[in-house]
Amino acid sequence: MTFMIPIENGNGVKNAEADSQRTLYPYVTGTSVVAIKYKDGILMASDMGGSYGSTLRYKNIERMKAIGKHSLLGASGEISDFQEILRYLDELMLNDNMWDDGNSLGPKEVLNYLTRVVYNRRNKFNPLWNTLVVGGVKYGEKYLGMVSMIGVSFEDNHVATGFGNHLARPILRDEWREDLSFEEGVKLLEKCMRVLLYRDRSAINKLQIAKMTEEGVTVSEPYSLKTFWDFKAFTNPTVGAEGSW
Amino acid sequence: MDLNLDAPHSMGTTIIGVTYNGGVVLGADSRTSTGMYVANRASDKITQLTDNVYVCRSGSAADSQVVSDYVRYFLHQHTIQLGQPATVKVSANLIRMLAYNNKQNMLQTGLIVGGWDKYEGGKIYGIPLGGTVVEQPFAIGGSGSSYLYGFFDQAWKENMTKEEAEQLVVKAVSLAIARDGASGGVVRTVIINSEGVTRNFYPGDKLQLWHEELEPQNSLLDILNAAGPEPMAM
Repeated sequence: MTFMIPIENGNGVKNAEADSQRTLYPYVTGTSVVAIKYKDGILMASDMGGSYGSTLRYKNIERMKAIGKHSLLGASGEISDFQEILRYLDELMLNDNMWDDGNSLGPKEVLNYLTRVVYNRRNKFNPLWNTLVVGGVKYGEKYLGMVSMIGVSFEDNHVATGFGNHLARPILRDEWREDLSFEEGVKLLEKCMRVLLYRDRSAINKLQIAKMTEEGVTVSEPYSLKTFWDFKAFTNPTVGAEGSW
Repeated sequence: MDLNLDAPHSMGTTIIGVTYNGGVVLGADSRTSTGMYVANRASDKITQLTDNVYVCRSGSAADSQVVSDYVRYFLHQHTIQLGQPATVKVSANLIRMLAYNNKQNMLQTGLIVGGWDKYEGGKIYGIPLGGTVVEQPFAIGGSGSSYLYGFFDQAWKENMTKEEAEQLVVKAVSLAIARDGASGGVVRTVIINSEGVTRNFYPGDKLQLWHEELEPQNSLLDILNAAGPEPMAM
């Protein structure tokens, strides 16, 4: 049993005795995930970037994955921990299928399982460095929730991780409605993702939007958003105030 | 958002200065960040010192602004006393004096001075942290420059035309923006030669697409409607 003295250094926790299995700092990270409930189910969006510190190193990472028939998991934070979580869920779904009892795990069960896993790791000072969003529709009921890396979980009509909390959720608080159509939902998410693209340093212009309905779960092909720079104020901002920005 | 003051301070920005056959081209991105938040997505990092000398600023926004303000002030007085435009070398030396003598005060700014004067023509001076002055045929700076050393080793050549030089600068800043999280937005260029100064503006959506970058769309809905009945199948 290793004895350790946790020393906070802002980014992670140092241990007095080396242990090769601890995630002390994240290395390859994904940024925001944004998700909303809409008329027919859930819509979730995330970009495809994997940052390595301030380098935008990987540009084709799928940060949303279907779990079984009813759920979708979106992750931000350390990508290797997300990949490990997918392995855990794979085992979970496999064991569930082996019962062969006609029942399958829904989004509520998946989030509950993940919350337990994440919280237990947090208690051992060896966190899974992710914020996870789970959404899905089962037996007509829409479900959307999230769990943070310290094990705090909750459900809501719209959720976001990381920067999305600061930039996307205010937009959603203002413009979300219970009866959004698919088209309106996509436009709303794209509005949020565009703001994140402008204002989050680790965002890249390549995203996917996933749709969860009673029929099932689909993830769109990757695509890019148009950005807007054609403002008079942008062409010559320092005219009259040389040296400013 | 996580202010780790112990970590090495990386200079958010990509700045470039290139000489060509007749003058210089200065280039920069337009992103100013506070931690991970982009405080200004359309900043102007190429600042005028005199009619014929400009400086690209990187590092701390505040430090670089105050240094360029002082140098602009000194150069104004110098121009009046001299009775003719200041030279690029004098401008670079003034910046060097401020940077070097404020080393202990933790000045965190790397600058690239570029301009044209009638004695030496187009000149570029790089002034990194610490106050070293290096006259170079081309200079790169800021955190985004890490991604450009190999590119310039291969793509730089002497005696380019004005058009070739500007294209090289725009391409380089655009490549750096693609990989450096601290660089982004639009590409601004300033061309300085015997005829005067030209400012150009290349918005983010007009730049060339690089590896794994896709053509921008208005919305996913346009893609879905264009593609046909079952475009969201896995």
